[in-house]
Amino acid sequence: MMVDDKNKKKFDNPHYAKREVIGPDGKSFIVDPMNDYFCDARPKVHEPNIIPAVEKFLNWARSKSLWVLGFGTGCGSIEIPPLITPRFDVFRFGIQMRPTPRQSNVFIISGYLSVKTLKRVIRSYEQMQNPKYVLALGSCTVNGGMYYDSYNTINRLDYYLPVDVYIAGCMPRPEAIIAGFNKLKELIREGKGEGANLYAKNFDWYKANQKKIIKDWNMPDYNW
Amino acid sequence: MDFDIKRLGFTLLGLLIVLNWGLLMNAFMRKIGARVARRIGIPWHQPWIDLFKNYSIRSQITHGLMFYLGPIFRLSGGVGIFLFMPMIITGDHWLNYSFQGDLVLIMYFQFFGMLGMALGAGEGGHPYSAIGISRGLSQFTTIEVPLTLAIISLAIQYDTLSLADIVRAQQGGFMHWSMWTNPFATAAGMLAALGTLGHSPFNLVMAPNEIPIGPPTEYHSTFLGVLQSNGAILHVVEAALFMNLFFGGATNWIEFIVKTFLIYFWSVFVGMVFPRFRIEQSVTWFLKVPLVLGVIAVVMFM
Repeated sequence: MMVDDKNKKKFDNPHYAKREVIGPDGKSFIVDPMNDYFCDARPKVHEPNIIPAVEKFLNWARSKSLWVLGFGTGCGSIEIPPLITPRFDVFRFGIQMRPTPRQSNVFIISGYLSVKTLKRVIRSYEQMQNPKYVLALGSCTVNGGMYYDSYNTINRLDYYLPVDVYIAGCMPRPEAIIAGFNKLKELIREGKGEGANLYAKNFDWYKANQKKIIKDWNMPDYNW
Repeated sequence: MDFDIKRLGFTLLGLLIVLNWGLLMNAFMRKIGARVARRIGIPWHQPWIDLFKNYSIRSQITHGLMFYLGPIFRLSGGVGIFLFMPMIITGDHWLNYSFQGDLVLIMYFQFFGMLGMALGAGEGGHPYSAIGISRGLSQFTTIEVPLTLAIISLAIQYDTLSLADIVRAQQGGFMHWSMWTNPFATAAGMLAALGTLGHSPFNLVMAPNEIPIGPPTEYHSTFLGVLQSNGAILHVVEAALFMNLFFGGATNWIEFIVKTFLIYFWSVFVGMVFPRFRIEQSVTWFLKVPLVLGVIAVVMFM
């Protein structure tokens, strides 16, 4: 709990409080959910493979097999179903949906992000494994779009997460999203899809920005 | 048994063939599924690329020792079935390490992988993993009942527990297959095959849209790569088991590929037509018609 600002609300959910529990064998032990359930080790920078040819091959494989986390934010998530159904069928291009962040590589931020959703997005993003890419849809993620003066949405996504590709529009059509995926593939093949390492390098800056926005910060600084 | 380098070489080569055929077959079946949904679907080489991608993920997290061992147990389950399964019956190159009584060991290895995976995924701590495990184990227990009855019936019929001997007894023409000489055991076994191959009516263990995605929820990168490799091997060897038991085995690789494809396609075909069962529906389903067919098959040969 890294809340240093006095104005921020202290989180006191009894489920997360440190407490003493008597087990079925009569012995008592301490339960501290915040430490027991989460790992708060900082993210590490994982350097690319030292042999350029190997890294080039791996990047080719990564670009051909993009697993997208099934997480919809904002109105743009309605553009995802046409992508995976017969009209556009992105499976042809090696893009598949994955239901769990552990196995996904691509996070599509599909539209405006309310502060409440941003918290979930950060948790999900941090649970993804190292080569991971963020695709930001719509003008809302660029500068706030039509929600630029809203009290509870963020305006610019790359203050909080390293974005690889922005797809402008309100909303971008599925063709535009496929074009964005092609751009992302180009970047990965050129070895520029290093968002996860960027996040690890500038971790303190990203965390400070996130905490400025999220008032009830009730999770460890980094949960894998 | 003395060490035979040639036999080991052929077994490893067979494993390589089975792995690649399994990956290709998975791609074919996903393409068939896509065509049914009027999509074009993945390219045929997508499973290999996914495998390379998963092995190239840079970071891994672990939840403990059992979390590491889970995929390894699962893989040894799949490879264990392969090791004791005669692939091609003519000659002795592709008999692997089959011996008298290998059928019992194969039945054991079918459950072994699932139990190892249950321990590993349980340590992952995700609630969906626990739900998937409890569903998977309870469903597989009921799948085993008609399957075991069918195998007992065949064992009584051919008076052996050696898979190679069962295949040899079926040689000599189409009408010698157990499919014709023991139709009730074949019916019970092929209905159980729908469960073991894990397609639609009985795929609530993984249930991609409901409990994403069951036991492997926490598995990623290399762990997932191992599980995918095992999935490819397991689909082929399960199909090969049913091929050897009921459809006269294979005398060359072309026959092997055609027969395993058709047996796997049987479960995909049913999966395309029928929607997913809930757990209590699938458990009771296996304990109704397939169980009765299995009992009839055993009683006929007693």
